[in-house]
Order: sequence, then C-alpha cells, then structure tokens
Amino acid sequence: MASIEMRNIVKQYGDGYPAVNDVSLDIADGEFMILVGPSGCGKSTLLRMIVGLEDITSGDMVIGGKRVNDLAPRERNLSMVFQNYALYPHMTVFENIAFPLRLSKTPDDEVRRRVNEASDVLELKEHLERKPANLSGGQRQRVAMGRAIVRQAEAFLFDEPLSNLDAKLRGQMRTEISRLQRRLGITTVYVTHDQTEAMTLGDRVCVLRKGKIQQVASPRELYEQPVNLFVAGFIGSPPMNFLPATLEGNALTTPFGSITLDEKRVAAVTGRELLLVGIRPEYFEDASLVDEAKRPVGSLFRARVDVTEWLGDSQYAYIPYEAPEAITAQLRDLSRELDSEELRTQAIVSIDSTSRIREGREAEFWLDSRKVHVFDPQTGENLTRDAEAGARLTQMATEDRVEQVQEAQASGQTVGSSVIDGPSGTSGPSGAHRSGAA
Amino acid sequence: MSTKEKTWWWVGGVLIVVYCLFPIAWIVSLSFKTTADLANKSFLPSSWTWENYSTILTGTASDLFLPALRNSFGICLIATAISCLLSMFAAYAIARLDFPGKKLILGTALAVAIFPVISIVTPLFNLWRQIGLYDTWPGLIIPYLSLTLPISIWTMSAFFREIPWEMEQAAQVDGATTWQAFRKVIVPLAAPGVFTTAIIAFFIAWNDFAYGISLTSTSAARPVPAALGLFSGASQFQDPTGAIAAAAVIVTIPVVVLVLLFQRRIVAGLTNGAVKG
Repeated sequence: MASIEMRNIVKQYGDGYPAVNDVSLDIADGEFMILVGPSGCGKSTLLRMIVGLEDITSGDMVIGGKRVNDLAPRERNLSMVFQNYALYPHMTVFENIAFPLRLSKTPDDEVRRRVNEASDVLELKEHLERKPANLSGGQRQRVAMGRAIVRQAEAFLFDEPLSNLDAKLRGQMRTEISRLQRRLGITTVYVTHDQTEAMTLGDRVCVLRKGKIQQVASPRELYEQPVNLFVAGFIGSPPMNFLPATLEGNALTTPFGSITLDEKRVAAVTGRELLLVGIRPEYFEDASLVDEAKRPVGSLFRARVDVTEWLGDSQYAYIPYEAPEAITAQLRDLSRELDSEELRTQAIVSIDSTSRIREGREAEFWLDSRKVHVFDPQTGENLTRDAEAGARLTQMATEDRVEQVQEAQASGQTVGSSVIDGPSGTSGPSGAHRSGAA
Repeated sequence: MSTKEKTWWWVGGVLIVVYCLFPIAWIVSLSFKTTADLANKSFLPSSWTWENYSTILTGTASDLFLPALRNSFGICLIATAISCLLSMFAAYAIARLDFPGKKLILGTALAVAIFPVISIVTPLFNLWRQIGLYDTWPGLIIPYLSLTLPISIWTMSAFFREIPWEMEQAAQVDGATTWQAFRKVIVPLAAPGVFTTAIIAFFIAWNDFAYGISLTSTSAARPVPAALGLFSGASQFQDPTGAIAAAAVIVTIPVVVLVLLFQRRIVAGLTNGAVKG
C-alpha cells in the first residue's frame, strides 16, 4: 500500500496534442480516488500512466515515495482491472487469478491458499475450474477483481470496470467494490464517466476536462461548491440549470423572476454585465407545496410547463425560457462538451411527486435562493464559491473514511492476511488537507 | 429462404463439389487400373488392382519414390517449422510494435510472394552449385522459406492483430516481462493462427515443383513432385500413368490428414470470453 503523487504530469502524443496537461494530484495511502470527466478528457490516459502502460512526457510519478517514471509496469507492483476485464481465455478461473502469483514464483500451496481466499471473498468458489468464456459478465468482472486482489499490490487501478455490466449488476458490483476497498484499505484509483459511481465510491473525486484538472474534492464539495461552470454542469443528474441573469441592486433578474442575493454574494458578482445563475433542479418546488416557514428564503415565479415526467418517487418539469444568443451558444457548447446534446434552453425542475402541475399550463414555482451559484459566462468561474465551506465538506469526508476503514478492518474478512497488516487509513488526512484548495 | 431458393443453392453446391473433386476421383480411379486398362474409355477400372501401388512402394519405382517421400516430408516439415517460428516473431513485431520500416517489411514480403519462381530458378541453380547447396536439403529449405515466409507473416500478423491489446497489458501489469507475456498469453491465444499458418506453409512447400526439379539431381534431396516427373514405365513403350496416379494419391493423403487433424484447432473464437461478451 502506498500513496501516489503526481507532479506536473504531461502526456503529449506524437501530433503534439496534450492528452494530459500539467496534472498534479496527491492520492493518500488508502484513499479511494475517482478520475471522472467526459470522454476524451484524459482520465484513462492518466490511469495508464500511473500503471506504466503509457509513457510520461514530463513530470514526476511518485508511488510510495519512489519515482516510477522509468519503471516497467511489472516493477510498479500495481494491480489493474480493465474495462473489458482482459481475462486469459486459455486459462481456468483459478489460473487466471493465480497468474500474478505464478509469475512471482510463489510456492504452490501458497498460491492455492491465496486464490481460495480471494475466491471466497468474491464468491467464485464454484467457478474456479471453468474457463472465462463460460462465465457471465458479472462473474468475469469478479474474476478480474480476483486477479487484482490476490497479490499484495501497492494500489488498485480500475478502468471503467462496470461499464460493460447491465444497470442492476452495476449497482451491486459498485457496493461490492466499495466494501472490498474499505476492507483491504488499499489505495485505489478508479476511472469512470458515470457520475453515480463517482459520487458513491470516491473519497475524493478529480474532475478532468481536456487533460486538465478542474477540481479535486469530496463528492459533497463538488456538488455544493463547484469551482466552475464545467464541474457544476458535470456533477449532478439531472444537471444544474444555467439561467442568464443581470444584477440589479442586490437581486438578479432572470427569466424566472428576480433572485435576491445576500451581501457577500452581491459583492462577489458586481461589475459584470451578464451573469449565469446555476440552480440545481431540487432547489425548485411546486409553490403550492412549500412550507410557510420556508417560503421567505426563496422567491416565487410563474412559468409555463412544457413537459412533466413522473417517476413515482420524484417528478421533473421542463420549463422553456428565452436566453440571449451569446448565452444560448455557450450553453450549447458546454452541453456538447459534457457528452450531451441540449437542443433548447429549458430548465429542469424537480418537484414533489404529489404535485399536480400539468403539462402545457402555467404554474407557480418556488425557488430556494440560498444555494444558487453565480458564474461568469466568459470564464466559467464560480463567483460565489465558498472555498471554506467546501474544504470543510471534504475534511468531513476524510474523517469518515478513516473511521470506515478502521471499522471495516476490525470486523471484515481478510484477504491474504498480510494484506491488511498496516493501519492503512491513518495517513489519510494529510491528503485531504491539500484537496480543499483545488 | 424459400424452398426453391434452397434447392438452387443445393444444386449449385453439388455442381461445384463435383467440379472440384472429379479430377481427384479420376486420379484415384486411374491408380487402380492396370496398364492395359488405362485407355478403357470408362471412368472405373474394368478390374481393380493394387499393382500400381506395389510398383511405387516395393517394386521398380520404389527406389525413386520412397526416398523422395522421405525428402519431401523432411524438407517441408523443417521449412514449415522455421517459417512458423520466424514469422511468429516478425508478425508480432508488425502487429504490436511501432518501428520504422514496418511498411517496408510488409511490402517486401508481398513482393517476394508474387515474384515468379521460375525467373530465379536458373541463377539459383548456378549459385547453389558453386556454394555446394545443390542437391542438398538446405538447398531446398532455403528457397522454400522464401515461398512460405511472406504468406506466413501476412496471415500471422492478421491473427496477432485480432488479440486484444489488453491481454498483454494485463499480463505486464500482473508482473510479466514482455517475453513472458508473449509466451504465456499471446502465443497460446495465437495457437489457431500458428496452426493455420503452418498448414498453409506446409502445403506451399509440399506442392512446389519448380525448385524441386531444378535444384536436385539425385534422391539425396529430390522431393516427390519432382520424382513423379521422372517416373518411367517398365519399358519405354509402357505408360507410367498408373504409377504416377498412385503416387499422387499417396502424396495427397498427408495433406488431407493434416487438414482433418488440425481443422478443429483452427477454430476462430478461441479468444471468446477474453473480453466482455
């Protein structure tokens, strides 16, 4: 087990295109770090540079205090789960899992013991003599994990391991991975483009865009204190709504009426002509269903509802709005960059599932103005970000993690007893202190 | 597919099979005819005889045919083995590594493959005589490599390209050196490709006539196709057709056996289950 430090990592391809551009990231010992971003953001390239399958153009890759830039993958002692699992089809499940041990010339009975332990943890016992071709997707995925945990690696690396599974299995494996990581307390780097995985698994999440780090923080901080338009739009589903706004006095004029800001935020946003207000769908509510006590902290507006979607436990309403040409174009660029195609300017609003708001009618909505963020449309910067509050959130997440690891290891099963010898979580907080500033 | 369409496919298929197999059936039939029977104007022999087979295996033609059979087997197997081994490394490099001159190698291989054999036979004959390779096994193995290597490299690199990159990368992450990854993961996965290549290479070498007839003069190295051309009847008035037909049947047998033996190993889809399904 080891920490992973990246200092000014650059990956430039032959044509000069920087797939990864000046990335510096510290991953603490025992931490679960997620690399997330839209396709082509360099997250997989970064992971492959950690494991050594991709050369590093410049910068330092330090694993466990040792610079590994020039080491071959096998000398780095990391284990990796590939997106398509990369199982060896000519070997049985047992031999697949045992492969790393065989390569390190581990004695036979030791191999058998460790493979059996790993297959117990992953419930692969009855499949050990089968070939990968005869297994289901989920079983193959577990074999790939078995191959990763069977040896005492410094860190686990996952490259979109669940993207080939169907939705239900994905949910199960997600919790399984989380439990396993806590139990083993091993530093883990996990690449995904799925934000549910990012939010649920990660101690910290690193959001990448075009090879550059946008923000490294706990999922909560990313959600509540995003650093810019990109992160705000990427994290959250349905995504954050961005409305054009102008500041008048201490209130923002938006297509959905005016939103009053507190003094601190007014000070942060003055001096700009056009602004973008970011409002998460759940900050809205059907005005008729809002408590009297809550009403004063928000504002009311009337709008025509285009479409409603009722999902049983929740309900979404789509409200079209007019926006200046410049804003429309920019929002379209943003949505394209986030791998989606937004055709019209509309707000997605989450309302209570009991709400009787109808499609095509006008309705009154309430909007919680306490948590809105204001962005600079040119730079995308979040003008109202509260860095301290964000850092606090990440600090809390780190403390949670240390506690969880200790708990899991006190009660959990072990794999290859020596794997969990060290008190892995203890060096964690040092990593988290750095994160808030990102 | 309608019944009518199906019938037409069947008729077409049968026609093609008959067209392809008729010469073989004829050769088999000829090999069982007596010398007098050869021109009996009917497809089947009027009386079946093993006479032709005993001629080439134990009789007068056996000192021509048996050494040739041994030569053919030896030379072709060695040429096949060498060409498989070399082309495996070459194809791996071509499929996996980026190096200058990659296109040149593939291009040259193709050029060699389409180069007419007959145009280099005469210079080779002179050269071989001067350096002492004439009428020896290596003297045939080397030109056979020039026939088999190009096609081996091309087929094998196609097979290597099919193997997912991740296999090898996974092995490397698991702690394998490049050589270990190649030997323990890539080669087993490429086995069907190796067998296919080996069979193709063996056939090419086995069927060669031009080199065999020109670069040999005695039974020290003369392969079967060349020996067949030298068969003569018991007297100069006797037609050796029957003996030749019998020899042709015998040399066809190993080829058929090879295909039947290895066709199960040439199963594509061995890599099934390696990646997501």
